[in-house]
Amino acid sequence: MFSSGINWFKYAAPQRFYALTGTLIPYCVAIAVITTIIGLTIGLLIAPSDHQQGESYRIIFIHVPAAWMSMVIYLAVAFWAAIGLIFNARLASMFALALAPTGALMTFIALWTGSLWGKPTWGTYWVWDARLTSELILLFLYLGFLSLHASIEDTRKADRSAAVLAIVGVVNIPIIYFSVKWWNTLHQGASVSLTKAPTMATQMLTGMLIMTIAFWAYSFALSFYRCRTLILERERHTAWAQEAVK
Amino acid sequence: MSARLSIPKVMLAIVRRDLSLALRRKNDSLSALFFFIVVASLFPLGIGPEPTLLAKIAPGMLWIAALLAAMLSLGRLFADDFQDGTLDQLVLTAIPLPLAVLSKTAAHWISSGLILTIASPILAIQFNLDAQSTGILVLSLLIGTPLLSLIGSIGAALTLATRGGGMLLSLLVLPLVIPVLIFGAGAVDAHHAGLPVDGHFYLLGAMLAIALFFAPIATAASLRIAVE
Repeated sequence: MFSSGINWFKYAAPQRFYALTGTLIPYCVAIAVITTIIGLTIGLLIAPSDHQQGESYRIIFIHVPAAWMSMVIYLAVAFWAAIGLIFNARLASMFALALAPTGALMTFIALWTGSLWGKPTWGTYWVWDARLTSELILLFLYLGFLSLHASIEDTRKADRSAAVLAIVGVVNIPIIYFSVKWWNTLHQGASVSLTKAPTMATQMLTGMLIMTIAFWAYSFALSFYRCRTLILERERHTAWAQEAVK
Repeated sequence: MSARLSIPKVMLAIVRRDLSLALRRKNDSLSALFFFIVVASLFPLGIGPEPTLLAKIAPGMLWIAALLAAMLSLGRLFADDFQDGTLDQLVLTAIPLPLAVLSKTAAHWISSGLILTIASPILAIQFNLDAQSTGILVLSLLIGTPLLSLIGSIGAALTLATRGGGMLLSLLVLPLVIPVLIFGAGAVDAHHAGLPVDGHFYLLGAMLAIALFFAPIATAASLRIAVE
């Protein structure tokens, strides 16, 4: 059905996806470890001190990638949940569920590092700033998604109910993303933009981008791993799954 | 059943049925109203009866009280119909399910949000709000409370098939209604600060328009999952 000759649905079968991720996870872990070492070396040792914030800005190398991931993963959860709901694709629903805990973790890290960063620069751990508040709502959305899924016995029903919630919650993502533009509150504006020249030193930017790669690789590794567990759990009646556990 | 029923007629029939059910069980609507009044009366006791402070926090506080009161009655929006099988019939009716859902949500709003809105000026007097601020508060509640019912209906439908849905309902719905709260209470705050309030009402109106279209669709999808 595709002229390119690639069968896009090949890995939609849980068994093939299980095998594929089994090979991919070690690479993801390796990339995550290596880029974390490089990124943190650049970020903590090589990058210059900030002329305004001194050394305290260095938490940016964790904070910004985590904040990016928190939003990207939510979009991915909603996307895969929607695919699972619309096309009745079991694997897509499983992957959405596998992504959500990592997303919640990233949101938590973004909030936590943000508050640690806020203390020396703003003089407070928490303010009811638009971006902070909307990121907190994002954490509640993740928790709502996970607890709704957990509270419905029937797996397929749980997948589909949680999918509706994930899709509805997508409205929050543009609110977070544009919050620093729409409301002129305490949180600083975006330092990195695709359309403008960066306003930060090259080494800082390099460190941050390498750390972003690390976070991506980590998220892939963890969600693949979690997804494999879900696959085994749900396919436990099949012969191949019983074979795989042995 | 010989003649085909027209969609508006069926919708009106659903609204009337739900309203007469609400009238038979006045307890439900009245408890939401009393909850609203009691929560609002607790704030001066907890914070202190300083009139200027109370006038300052009144809009946000009344909004939060209205939100919690609406949450209280949301759980029963579909639960009774789900238990006695009416919901299965509703899914099978000749009219599109989102429209049936919209009628039920409208009935829910009339028996909860509208009553709270009507009661709010009395509470506003207790909190020393001037006439103009009260007018803005009532108007913001008038646009905002249907939003609470619409967004809440999604949560009510999603938690139908769950164990212990009450707590979960709040966890699902409250994050989604935060923008409504911000702009609803923000309108009165902006007026206090001498700023124009139009922007807040435009945003509330835009949210209402979007929710009127999308929320019944999402609710209908969730109901289908629940009854299948």
